[in-house]
Amino acid sequence: MGAVLAVVLGASLAGCSSTGGKRAEERAAEAAEGRAAVNTPRWTFAMVTHSGDGDTFWDIVQKGAEQAALKDNINFLYSHNDEANQQAQLVQTAIDKKVDGLIVSLAKPDAMKAVIAKAVKAGIPVVTVNSGSAESEEFGALTHIGQDESVAGEAVGDELNSRDRKKALCVLHEQGNVGHEQRCAGAKKTFDGTMQNLYVDGTNMPDVTASIEAKLQSDKSIDAVVTLGAPFADAAVQAKQTAGSKAEIDTFDLNAKVATGLQTDKLGFAVDQQPYLQGYEAVDLLWLHRYNRNVLGGGLPVLTGPQIITKDDADALADYTKRGTR
Amino acid sequence: MSGATAAPENPDQLDERLVRTSPLRKLLGRPELGSVVGAAAVFLFFAIVADSFLQASSFGTVLYAASVLGIMAAPVALLMIGGEFDLSAGVLVTSSALISSMFSYQMTANVWVGVLVSLLVTLAIGAFNGFVLTRTGLPSFIITLGTFLMLTGLNLGFTKLISGTVSTKAIGDMEGFESARALFASTLTLGGVEFKVTILWWAALVGVATWILLRTRFGNWIFAVGGEADAARAVGVPVIRTKIGLYLGVAFAAWISGQHLLFSYDVVQSGEGVGNELTYIIAAVIGGCLITGGYGSAIGSAVGAFIFGMTSKGIVYAEWNPDWFKFFLGAMLLLATLLNAWVRKRAEATS
Repeated sequence: MGAVLAVVLGASLAGCSSTGGKRAEERAAEAAEGRAAVNTPRWTFAMVTHSGDGDTFWDIVQKGAEQAALKDNINFLYSHNDEANQQAQLVQTAIDKKVDGLIVSLAKPDAMKAVIAKAVKAGIPVVTVNSGSAESEEFGALTHIGQDESVAGEAVGDELNSRDRKKALCVLHEQGNVGHEQRCAGAKKTFDGTMQNLYVDGTNMPDVTASIEAKLQSDKSIDAVVTLGAPFADAAVQAKQTAGSKAEIDTFDLNAKVATGLQTDKLGFAVDQQPYLQGYEAVDLLWLHRYNRNVLGGGLPVLTGPQIITKDDADALADYTKRGTR
Repeated sequence: MSGATAAPENPDQLDERLVRTSPLRKLLGRPELGSVVGAAAVFLFFAIVADSFLQASSFGTVLYAASVLGIMAAPVALLMIGGEFDLSAGVLVTSSALISSMFSYQMTANVWVGVLVSLLVTLAIGAFNGFVLTRTGLPSFIITLGTFLMLTGLNLGFTKLISGTVSTKAIGDMEGFESARALFASTLTLGGVEFKVTILWWAALVGVATWILLRTRFGNWIFAVGGEADAARAVGVPVIRTKIGLYLGVAFAAWISGQHLLFSYDVVQSGEGVGNELTYIIAAVIGGCLITGGYGSAIGSAVGAFIFGMTSKGIVYAEWNPDWFKFFLGAMLLLATLLNAWVRKRAEATS
């Protein structure tokens, strides 16, 4: 044990890099830090999402929420589970804790209905984020912050048309996520060519690559692959290379890898829904509601997307994706 | 230890099987003792670090989480005492809910019809597991891994085929829904605290399982086939019937859990349940079941489920970073098992 530690310490001291790495990241992060900008009491807001473990998208949402929490003097709690029943239990624990505000994603709305009603009844203001624009108001939430998944899907279909694509594959990485189904359905609706759905296990990356690879090998006429999350775009790029396919890879969401992919023409376009904004606005709107009874959206969802990002925009965004806020 | 056939040297000395053991020693010899000590430790720990853990409403939430797991852990513990695993148990819960929901919806039948059809099909899947296992003599690990994967595929395949999406259609407005919900997913208010009905199901299942294990002939058979199947067969224990019976038990509990899922949310997601089978096994092991079979208890599985429920919710009440959740869970499991092994060793040394 001691020897291992010594080797690790020695290695880190011996080889310094003047570019990139942790130090560059720290320098970039310094700009984002700060102190509370308000002197309201320290309220506690809980966010409960349907994210799986180690999901990049939700990490960015969390970052946005934490930034707003810092500014608004909020004690911010985050928890997540990708099983509907478990997510509902987590919301219940937040109610037990008597939090001052609740942020919930409604990927599986039916499972969340009862427990959100309970929160509303207990006088906890609820803001829904990401998925669930259709159910948010009915469930008694103040407002919904996210993108209309159907609209985002339709934007993808249009973009594929303008790129002269004929046969596309829509890769779904979360089985049972209604929002994902809506995206693919939306794309199918506006796309002039044919579009197929492919289900993969999003928590198992090698499996995602292998599934896409197998599909591309068995059907050479596929000329576009649309993944529904940024990490899966990279998996699709790898699958495309191994399968020797000419398909264009496009994706929903953004991360550093996707930004570089766009710059180097490995990817066609990305549809961003600005996850940072979803976390940031959710906390900020709850604060505004606590502080000033403000509600945004006028009963309609507050949209953070879709925003089509191509090679031209990727350069400007590269810095932000690198620090993990876009 | 003297052989039972050896004549006692002193006629006054009793046969060792008839020697009365003190209640304390009896207690120390129980399989679940280690886990009870572990549960007390976990409870104390979270009572200290998490302010909201001791509230009555939090207790209802913890018990609910434990009951959902415990309903499955009890028959899984029996199965493990019988020397077998069931890796298909987690997905079987989802299958059971899907069958019930889709049958009622597609046939526009009273939901109770779907519930009964689901019971029959779920039991049939359990019987299939047991039958293939006893027929082939292959390890249950392989057999149930096969059914696990097949069921995962069938769940998604059939749901997409029938309802066109990955979740079932809502059946909340159908006849019989309210009464079925009352049975499987109602909430009881006791002194201002809400308790889910699953807690009663859990208690009943653990009670029945304990009675079977300790008071019936079938219970003796379970210990016998798990300890040494060949020896059990040689003394006349119906090994095949016992094992199939154990798989039927798991299927029955999966049916209860499945109906609970369905009637809580009235829509079922086809992709869920994967990974839960391990949680059931974990609860049984924390509760003192040996992986190798032949030893364990149903009450232990309940304590294991309770530890699991306390830990999973306690971490949230304590406001710890959820990124570390699985680590804490793993550490708790390891500690509980170590404590269990230690207590058992001490108990054996003193008796």
